[in-house]
Amino acid sequence: MLLLGIDTATRRIGVVLASENGLLGRVEIGGPEDRARPRHAEALAPAIRYLCGECSVSLRQLSAVAVGIGPGMFTGLRVGVTTAKVLAQTLRVPVIPIPSLDLLAYPLRHSRSLIVPAIDARRHEVYYAIYRPVPGGVQRDSEYELGSPDDLAGEIAARGEETLVCGDGAQRFAASFHDLDRVELAGAAHAAPSLSALAELAIARYEREEFSPPSEVLPMYLRRSDAEIAWQSRSA
Amino acid sequence: MTSILGIETSCDETAAAIVVDGRTVRSSVVASQADLHARYGGVVPEIASRAHVELIDDVIEQALVEAGTTLDDIDAVAAVHGPGLAGALLVGVSAAKAIALATGLPYVGVNHHEAHMYAALLEDLELEPPFLTLIVSGGHTLLVAMDGHGSYRVLGQTVDDAAGEAFDKVARFLGLGYPGGPLIDQLATHGDPAAIAFPRPMIDDGDNFSFSGLKTAVVQWVRAHPEAEVADVAASFQAAVVDTLLTKLVRAAEKYDFGTVVIGGGVAANSALRTG
Ligand SMILES: [Zn+2]
Repeated sequence: MLLLGIDTATRRIGVVLASENGLLGRVEIGGPEDRARPRHAEALAPAIRYLCGECSVSLRQLSAVAVGIGPGMFTGLRVGVTTAKVLAQTLRVPVIPIPSLDLLAYPLRHSRSLIVPAIDARRHEVYYAIYRPVPGGVQRDSEYELGSPDDLAGEIAARGEETLVCGDGAQRFAASFHDLDRVELAGAAHAAPSLSALAELAIARYEREEFSPPSEVLPMYLRRSDAEIAWQSRSA
Repeated sequence: MTSILGIETSCDETAAAIVVDGRTVRSSVVASQADLHARYGGVVPEIASRAHVELIDDVIEQALVEAGTTLDDIDAVAAVHGPGLAGALLVGVSAAKAIALATGLPYVGVNHHEAHMYAALLEDLELEPPFLTLIVSGGHTLLVAMDGHGSYRVLGQTVDDAAGEAFDKVARFLGLGYPGGPLIDQLATHGDPAAIAFPRPMIDDGDNFSFSGLKTAVVQWVRAHPEAEVADVAASFQAAVVDTLLTKLVRAAEKYDFGTVVIGGGVAANSALRTG
């Protein structure tokens, strides 16, 4: 079993190769502190080619392609999802979509707190969801949401539990969470969706044969286009 | 024999085609999103980009099936890489690069304007450069000399709105809907193109074009004549655009000494332009 994983939901472009025995390698480009224009469209294909070359893997050997479907940066998601599903279609292998918020929460499964990943959604908003650690993983305990950092801080305060906040949205809006009791920030190592989580979760789904047809794999946007929002409010 | 898979997502159509030896179209699949954009009176880039991601894999698959071929028999994968809507373009480019990665085939990025010029070579199998091209669409109005394969000179372009943009804006103002080109074209068949003498902007002024003044003239005229027949307005506006385009094209052909002229782009489908 050989898996290629892609996550481009944030400024970080991430590519990983893994087998059921663990990671073969990964490439990460960009991050919250990278001030250059995001360059998913230019960098993703060369990153895949580089990783395969260094790991002496031909894409033809792949058993499946996994992709983080967001929520996150729209252009990044479109590059990642399009690349993943067209690669899978071309190679005639299944594609396994996994929400990028799940990939942020999963590495923190050994904590005893609520786990709240928040991805920067720009316009002073974050994409987030609330997870609980369970044996062997995490369980989502909310919808995938879009809201202001203060909305999220309010929701965390209302639950009144020990909470671990992670993701580039948590980093960017750290001030919104500082004053909350029993809330901790997970730090820079947990800013981008985890590539090992992507590999681990996708291989588990592959073994359970939980595949999606390529045409049904789409980014999770959570936010409608401005034109649709304006249209809706006009016709309301 | 060289077979190319070409992918195009620069605006509101998701398209893929298989072309052999640069001249024979084996298949051409075009998924139009016009219905998705109609209510907004124009192409919404974010909606276009989302639709491309939904459609791209099926469109590519269908192009291969309709051509009765597989990627094993393709020699290169091409995609339009600009100019166009940035978020829309990267879907087609990402898809083409993914196929190139998976198969080892070369990826070729193609300029949007260049693709319009080569489209003429697919329609007329006898056509060979040199010729003069006028590319008119919602996104561009461009006069280009094609001196040979891969050899071009841009002689003129619009200084403001593209011709197709003027069609869309006037159609929206007249309450006709979107896309404006075909709607105005259709309505114009019931009107008198000589009813209203709209200006022919920059008609005697070099090789560049300007259409925003014409659009303003239409708006002002209609406001001053609310009783006017909409079909006459459409026909007269269309006549002004077509007259301007053709006059300047013919003059440029004489000035730069081209015996063959070619019109490409979405507005090239306009019936008055075709018969003009
Ligand atoms: Zn065009």
